[in-house]
Amino acid sequence: MRIVCPFCGERELGEFTYLGDAKPVRPAPGASEDEVYDYVYLRDNIAGVMDENWYHGGGCRAWLKVTRNTLTHEISAVEPAAGAGARQVAK
Amino acid sequence: MTSFQSNRLANGGLVDRSAPFNFRFDGKSFSGFKGDTLASALVANGVKLVGRSFKYHRPRGILTAGSEEPNALVELRSGARREPNTKATTAELYDGLVAASQNRWPSLDFDVMSVNQLFAPIFVAGFYYKTFMWPAKFWEAIYEPAIRRAAGLGRAAGIADPDHYDKAWAHCDVLIAGSGPTGLAAALAAGRSGARVLLCEEDFILGGRLLSDGGTIDGMPAAEWLSRTLDELVAMPDVRIMTRTTLFGVYDGGTYGAIERVSDHLPSPPEYQVRQRLWRIVAKRCVVAAGALERPIVFAGNDTPGVMMASAMRSYIARYAAAPAKRIALFTNNEDGWRTVEAALGAGLQVAAVIDARAEISPEHRSLASKGGFPVLHGSVSGIDGGKNGVRRISVSLTGGARAEVEADGLAVSGGWNPAVGLTSYHRGRPKWRDDIAAFVPDGAPPGMVAAGAANGAFGLGACLREGFAAGAAAARDAGHGNGSGSTPVADDEAFSLTPLWHVAGKGKAFVDQQHDVTASDIELAQREGFESVEHLKRYTTLGMATDQGKTSNVAGLAIMAVVTGKSIPETGTTIYRPPYVPVAIGAFAGHHRDENFHATRLTPSHHWAVEQGAVFVDTGLWKRAQWYPRAGEKDWLESVTREVKAVRGGVGFCDVSTLGKIDVHGADAGAFLDRVYINTFSNLAVGKARYGLMLREDGIVYDDGTTSRLAEDHYFLTTTTAKAGLVMQHLEFCRQVLFPELDVQLTSVSDQWAQFSIAGPKTRDLLKEIVDPSEDLSNEGFPFMGAREVALRGGVRARLFRISFSGEMAFEISVPARYGEAMARNLMIAGKPFGVTPYGTEALGVMRIEKGHVAGPELSGTTTAADLGLGKMMSTKKDFIGRVMAGREALVAADRQVVVGVKPVDKAHRLRSGAHIIPKGQTPGPSNDQGYVTSVCFSPTVDQWIGLALVERGRERIGEIVNAHDPLRGEDYDAVICNPVFYDPDGGRQRG
Repeated sequence: MRIVCPFCGERELGEFTYLGDAKPVRPAPGASEDEVYDYVYLRDNIAGVMDENWYHGGGCRAWLKVTRNTLTHEISAVEPAAGAGARQVAK
Repeated sequence: MTSFQSNRLANGGLVDRSAPFNFRFDGKSFSGFKGDTLASALVANGVKLVGRSFKYHRPRGILTAGSEEPNALVELRSGARREPNTKATTAELYDGLVAASQNRWPSLDFDVMSVNQLFAPIFVAGFYYKTFMWPAKFWEAIYEPAIRRAAGLGRAAGIADPDHYDKAWAHCDVLIAGSGPTGLAAALAAGRSGARVLLCEEDFILGGRLLSDGGTIDGMPAAEWLSRTLDELVAMPDVRIMTRTTLFGVYDGGTYGAIERVSDHLPSPPEYQVRQRLWRIVAKRCVVAAGALERPIVFAGNDTPGVMMASAMRSYIARYAAAPAKRIALFTNNEDGWRTVEAALGAGLQVAAVIDARAEISPEHRSLASKGGFPVLHGSVSGIDGGKNGVRRISVSLTGGARAEVEADGLAVSGGWNPAVGLTSYHRGRPKWRDDIAAFVPDGAPPGMVAAGAANGAFGLGACLREGFAAGAAAARDAGHGNGSGSTPVADDEAFSLTPLWHVAGKGKAFVDQQHDVTASDIELAQREGFESVEHLKRYTTLGMATDQGKTSNVAGLAIMAVVTGKSIPETGTTIYRPPYVPVAIGAFAGHHRDENFHATRLTPSHHWAVEQGAVFVDTGLWKRAQWYPRAGEKDWLESVTREVKAVRGGVGFCDVSTLGKIDVHGADAGAFLDRVYINTFSNLAVGKARYGLMLREDGIVYDDGTTSRLAEDHYFLTTTTAKAGLVMQHLEFCRQVLFPELDVQLTSVSDQWAQFSIAGPKTRDLLKEIVDPSEDLSNEGFPFMGAREVALRGGVRARLFRISFSGEMAFEISVPARYGEAMARNLMIAGKPFGVTPYGTEALGVMRIEKGHVAGPELSGTTTAADLGLGKMMSTKKDFIGRVMAGREALVAADRQVVVGVKPVDKAHRLRSGAHIIPKGQTPGPSNDQGYVTSVCFSPTVDQWIGLALVERGRERIGEIVNAHDPLRGEDYDAVICNPVFYDPDGGRQRG
């Protein structure tokens, strides 16, 4: 499998680490135990297209949101995480 | 005395008669030529019997001339390089080659185990499941060893492989598998367009079937076209041709696996050369021009030496100038088989007869028969009279019911051709059946791949060239290149008429899978017993599960199943195709990653100095760390470690702690960021101060710990444990990039940039004064406990100095740029000489941390909470942080959790061991009263006995209680007392002084 890193270009699977479902959003401070429990433990296990978190540890150390078909391994989109890369300096 | 090559033809062939090679097979000497395979050289020497079969120990000869060979498997080479199950048909001959036949004892000619044939009824399909069922204990003791002796293939060398294997990457626009007419035409088209082309050929010369079958291309003999084409391809700078290289697998994203046999054609690899190289090839497009495999017809005695595939017989005659027989017969159901008769006649061999299963044969072939003076018999071969010395007589059932016999010493068989659909089917593709050629062809392929020519069911030479050229041109276009110059090579298409015939009924064993000894009656038996699905058929009979993966047997097997179930072949279906296409040595997958190179090795900055000091090293992850520094006269490690601990506690010592993970945290929000990832607060840490921090996983369990220092308002320096260095970096990047992207913070891994030493003991300040510039104030007021700042060293090097202590002594950690690490160790030794400075290793480090009750890896076990470690009060209640909410779950704050306490044996002379279970005194140990276990132990020179840390249920309430340390692993029970985990200087005065 090969992933096109937005910073480094097309790279081989071995440079990346998989984390899993990118959908859960960390609850805001003050969230209930149930909300945090759902965030920590409940995951969709999709047979098909899903967004996943991948880490380019063998390259630029960016976290990426990879849209992958779990049945075919086809990757249809790769986006950097919101905080990936250097922070934009305000103009 | 080398025997004469009795069956070598006087002329022709692609062997180099000026380069004779001597070789030995089963101890006998033979000769062959450069350009021979072991199989062709054996054929040239008239050797027919080359092995014994897997189950029945039947005599077997050479069936094919390629990598699909089921029978001619040998042990090649000797000693550590002995390789079992090597195909004689692909093993290149070299001078001095030594090979031995397999699965026979005491000799190939006289094999005791061939009595298995007499017990054949018990070796039928499913015999493993039926025969050895009872009594159960007999299986391991008697049945299995006996079967393993009786049935099997070659013997592994049993000693370490002396050769090296390499792994490499290649990238191209167009990858082509196979260098027959299809592959060469594809390479021409793609190469002329300027595409980067990689052509892989498993054979050692290029040309595929052109080498055996010849023909006319573009009006010239095939050999001439081949030579011109190769000249053109070699002259193209972006075309790379790799021979002895088999494409064996297809992976996601256009990645392919190939094995290059770099040195297998030599007696041993040249110095500094590898034996094989595993290629991972990334290709935008791939053209599979892997050709087709001729398939047998199953009849009684079809495994007799001398029965050979018709195309293989042509290859031996035309390519190798070696006659497999003096007087041959042909059994065919198609037009193509007749080409073997033409080749045999052309080489001056006798043709005894052609047995053709078709109703009609062409007028050209009729006239060929009358010119050649041999009969054409309409019918099928129903039996072979022969044995280990080969075929003698062939029984024929004529159409209409009469019988005939043919005297011959060789029988060529052609049942038609199966396109090599393996590569195109590796992504669970199922090939589709084509009635017109009675064969499976690819039905689509993995993305970017296309089959062409015979691999796609186009068998004519002209069709191969057309399909190959078109596929090569299309692949280059798809990869972004324009049209090349030149036109499609032109050749005629041979007639292809075939009447499917799979199995001829007859008396005697008729083999479908010759390598696994699966017969036609085994398949019929499997059907009768309900194993009709092809996947069941495969597993019940082991059809196609041998090292050849059923290349010559699978289609015939399922065709026979189709007949007995009354279904069509497409209804019967195929099993799933899986890589590798040919066996690949495990060594090739391992490459250089073996022995000490199994993984990368990381050396601390002071490693070479520590080697000079005679340090004993321990592997911690990838690191080599000095474990202790033995001195002359010390009788064991314990004596050395005890000396090191005493030296530190009584004077001064130092230890390389560079293996800690080190991260620079920069940015306006650096403090806010650390507040969210640690349970305690860092935003209120004063510049110039250090603080111990603990981080949790989001589920509330402790993840890692370490000291973080604030070097400037917007700059923190964070350390992690050695083991978690990489993972913590990954976790913190996740927090920064995904969870908290709004924070202005950047992380830089500086683990390898800083060499860090712990300097500990009451004389630390005396030693440091010799190292640090005199202008720096190291007094307790000028540099108090938990102080952290940059300092200048004597000579001007800038260092980071931290007054932190893991040992419990007055201590500093000093960081210098890694390139100064070794010099720092040497200078500490020189400057520390007056103070008796002692280098100490990880063992002494561990002893001192246990004496101080500091937790480490064994306590940060992935099951403990901050409170379990006695650090619950560090959890801030004023802020959110990773793991805060989940850490409050009922079970994680329960009163009866196992918490860290100290433990020591009541008998001071008794040794404490890690892993001992804590059981209430007087109770019988069992799961219900197992209240914890000993996590870390050491011999404490300070307490003068073995001490340890333990996780014990309600441990903090039980200080002073005597419990049973139950150690079933070592078979002992002893009394131990639960105590405060801080054994040494509990009020911490020494580290603050």
